[in-house]
Amino acid sequence: MRREHFDIAVIGGGPAGLAAATVASEKGAKVALIEREPSLGGILKQCVHDGFGVIRYDQKLTGPEYAQKEIDKLNKNETTKFLLTFVTKITKRSSDFVIQFVNRSGADEIEAKKIILATGCRERTSKQIGVHGTNPAGVLTAGTAQNYVNLQGLMPTRKCVILGSGDIGLIMARRLTLEGAQVVGVYEAKSAPGGLTRNVVQCLKDFNIPLYLSHTVTKVFGVDRLNAVEISKVDDKMNPIAGSEQIVECDSLILSVGLIPENEIAKQLCVPLCPYTKGAVVDQTLMTLTDNVFSCGNALHVSDLADYVSESGEIAGAMACAKIKNRNLVNVTKNKNLLYVVPQKINLDAPLDETVFYFRVAEEYENAKLTIYADEKVVFSKKYVHLRPPEMERLKLNLEAYSDCHGFSFVLEVGV
Amino acid sequence: MKELICIACPNGCRLTVDEKTNAVSGNKCLRGEKFALKEITCPTRSLTSTIATVFDDCPVISVKTDGEIPKDKIFSVMKELKKIKVEKRLKIGDIVIANVADANVNIVATKNM
Repeated sequence: MRREHFDIAVIGGGPAGLAAATVASEKGAKVALIEREPSLGGILKQCVHDGFGVIRYDQKLTGPEYAQKEIDKLNKNETTKFLLTFVTKITKRSSDFVIQFVNRSGADEIEAKKIILATGCRERTSKQIGVHGTNPAGVLTAGTAQNYVNLQGLMPTRKCVILGSGDIGLIMARRLTLEGAQVVGVYEAKSAPGGLTRNVVQCLKDFNIPLYLSHTVTKVFGVDRLNAVEISKVDDKMNPIAGSEQIVECDSLILSVGLIPENEIAKQLCVPLCPYTKGAVVDQTLMTLTDNVFSCGNALHVSDLADYVSESGEIAGAMACAKIKNRNLVNVTKNKNLLYVVPQKINLDAPLDETVFYFRVAEEYENAKLTIYADEKVVFSKKYVHLRPPEMERLKLNLEAYSDCHGFSFVLEVGV
Repeated sequence: MKELICIACPNGCRLTVDEKTNAVSGNKCLRGEKFALKEITCPTRSLTSTIATVFDDCPVISVKTDGEIPKDKIFSVMKELKKIKVEKRLKIGDIVIANVADANVNIVATKNM
């Protein structure tokens, strides 16, 4: 079989994949961009709200506008785009990869020297959070509701309960209210909101939608269609408190209970994943521990800003074109006050001058001090007045002076 | 003294405004100061939504106000959006409704159809 050969195959045409394919083509690589939907842009297509691009474009853009800017950039260079194309399998060979896919022309294959995984993330569903009761229609994720309203022009609910206070849930609370639905309330099992503070303000407070912290849905009712949910208070270990149950009538339960990086293809390639991010373990070039396989965007770790997703796509795209001969990996470790740090490894033989770190804290902290060490030497330190788990932090550091160290560590001290 | 969360960008700075002197603190940038002063006098928001179209391949088109509108006008603008159906293929920035609900802003498309 004669297969077309590419330098780089980018899997996923959302913001990460678009940025990766753009940068790699600009650097002269022959790039294949594979997207399963009929058009590029990924989930941005259905995010009609604004707030995108504040960092990247110094402008407040809506999702579709941000996506279009990225698509326009991509179209300045030549890339081979495979739309409505679903990757079924990637096989590693001695010096390249075979990518098998299906599309309207049937099953086909291409070859590529390097793979960039930009497969985004998936929403957690009711099955993954163990909601009890019947199995009626009307239990859907916030992203599904968003797709119905913003792309298909259909209203999935007249009166709903939203479980979880992630950003999409907050944004959908506002969106459904604007479209005439009644949002009874947003219920969050944790004691703090899961989304950005600005979304709590502009999506809930502006529309007088109540937010109930330390509450969860313990049961759903309804045979064909949902007709009510049972809400319970939860204790500090998030266990429902007996006797606190109340029944709330509604036709839909909308879930915004977290996002998980999509890594089915990564698993096929035996790419080791990080238990904290659920994405691949990578070095600063965003290469995974499987040589020549890169990961970026929400597939790597769930970002709260599309701007950072694009940035990581650019890093992966550029580094997939760079000539890096050796991998001399050292660990980036963290203390327990940090939920995760990406990258988890540093390749001392790869460029170190513009190393970008992303991290999240495990809990909300005031007056915390972050110190980054290379062995025992202090590389960087910074005081933070306020750190919240939903708000990812980013640092860009020059690590060239530490190219002979044995490892880096992130230490966050709280209450200093 | 009034405490606000800035919604100008995802940083969500915690702002304090002195209503007597109009002094704003806690903001990382000038957008925060502008937001705080407006929020204590005449709070405004930009509105994003969708409008129905006649096209099967794109049943709704995403739109936004090309400026901010007073918070209390949000639902009257939404009412106007419900009244129309887009019959022309639009591009980002095309005006769909001029001076919507007398709010001194236009409704513009945010998507290329």
